Amino acid sequence: MFEATELNRRNQRIQQLFGILFLLMTALLIAPVLLILTTLVAKGGSVISIDFLFTNPTHGMTAGGIFPALLGTVWLVTVSLLISVPLGVAAAIYLSEYAGDNWFTRVINLAVINLAGVPSIVHALFGVGAFVLFFRFGTSILAASLTLAIMALPVVIVATHESLQAVPLAFREACWNMGATRWQTIRRVVLPNAVSGILTGVILEVSRTAGETAPIMFTGAVFFTPFLPQGIFDQTMALSLHLFVVSTQVTDVPEDLPYGVALVLIALVLLMNSLSIAFRVYLRGKKRW
Amino acid sequence: MVAAKPFSTATGATAAAQPPVKLEVRNLGIRYGHATVLDKVSLRIREHEIFGIIGPANAGKSSFLKALNRMDMFTPGMHVDGEILFNGRDIRRLKNVYALRSRIGVVFPLPVGLPMTVYDNVALAPRLAGIRNRTDLDIIVERCLARAALWDEVKDRLNSLGSLLSGGQQQRLTIARALSQEPEVLMLDEFSIAVDPVTTMRIEDVLKELRREMTIILVTNLVQQARRLAQRTAFFLDGECVEIGETEALFSGEVKDTRTRDYVEGRFG
Repeated sequence: MFEATELNRRNQRIQQLFGILFLLMTALLIAPVLLILTTLVAKGGSVISIDFLFTNPTHGMTAGGIFPALLGTVWLVTVSLLISVPLGVAAAIYLSEYAGDNWFTRVINLAVINLAGVPSIVHALFGVGAFVLFFRFGTSILAASLTLAIMALPVVIVATHESLQAVPLAFREACWNMGATRWQTIRRVVLPNAVSGILTGVILEVSRTAGETAPIMFTGAVFFTPFLPQGIFDQTMALSLHLFVVSTQVTDVPEDLPYGVALVLIALVLLMNSLSIAFRVYLRGKKRW
Repeated sequence: MVAAKPFSTATGATAAAQPPVKLEVRNLGIRYGHATVLDKVSLRIREHEIFGIIGPANAGKSSFLKALNRMDMFTPGMHVDGEILFNGRDIRRLKNVYALRSRIGVVFPLPVGLPMTVYDNVALAPRLAGIRNRTDLDIIVERCLARAALWDEVKDRLNSLGSLLSGGQQQRLTIARALSQEPEVLMLDEFSIAVDPVTTMRIEDVLKELRREMTIILVTNLVQQARRLAQRTAFFLDGECVEIGETEALFSGEVKDTRTRDYVEGRFG
């Protein structure tokens, strides 16, 4: 009665085959990540110390620490987040909750997606033209952060838009039917349910922003400065640019130094991501928003 | 709200002895783009009656309820013609549609437990109305859950997620949420399709009680449910209001249109 037919056996073999295939693909993806991390720890772990993190580079950047670059990256990421998250979330709420489905919003959506595909060097040149020269911000944290924010906006908008769209229409209708306005519905029902998706977008953006080099090297990040930034109109060093400099621009750098800088950059991104994840868990645990 | 206007039409004479009209619909038509889903519907719903609307799928029943609540505003392509009078006021010309919606409670075919606590589900409408005092909210939440026959089952887990309740419980939660608006009219759209028979009977008992306080519009595709609950019933078919009459009359075969008899006797639909 339950004997497997030839067709049953064939179907089972095929499904096993696909299971193994997908497992291999996944392993293939994880392998480089593990390889990068272990290499960095093995080759750069030895230079990491409190002194390395909190002192200035010395001897033409062949020795000493990376503090100005570390602090600069934190500045750049924070300021660009403060610009891109409110803007991006507001735009996504408008596109998802207020705007009707017409040719205008479709063009905007298309433009946003295309913006995500613009190469970062193009953003960099735009940043030089718009923020450094036209708005006269000079090469500064503000100009660099604005450039980074423009580059990150599409990611924030798309992630927010999609997590808003994932909230079932039935929830909105239930709320509208009670006499709630659009904004009351967004604040009480839609946003609390979309917030973890929005934070995922922000996390992605933090990682990208911290690692970008091209958009900041003409707009606010400098090769070397012994001064720590005091405000958004100062120039600054940045980890990503510093890594580029010590790897390719300076001679006689000890071999483990660039690996150490890369390790700190990755650790910083991981730390920021963990903070966002913790915040997400906290929001989810809280019943009311 | 303005009191119901006296009738000036020919049928007004018989209405004098009856409760005032809560909702009146004149020549209502509903289109989605070019597709007409409801055409030339005129009917009156009186205070404190359970008004049944029966009919097969695509009869226009749900669209009818949407129009009463001005949900066409939120439905792309939906277009409503004709007049809808709520307490004698034409709601099509109303600016403050939010006040209208807050006077009408709605229960959907599939239960919608909002992903917040049971307490917050029921306290949402009062909060939207500006009630902040915790004691007042506590009283409202308990009273509404009790009236929806759900209090005993959830009183110990008011802080668990409303969306985790069983289907039947969620439907009663939806009713409790609708009651928390203190509605003048309660509209139920096929409330029992995702609910077990025992819960259905409990909800039906609740509705019989609620009738003393409010007007109820019951859309159902279970003709026997209309028979059990409704004083008067309308039969919708393919966007047409075929017949309106006393429920008992419709079920005892006193019909003007033979399609009504065929439908209530289960010959089609």
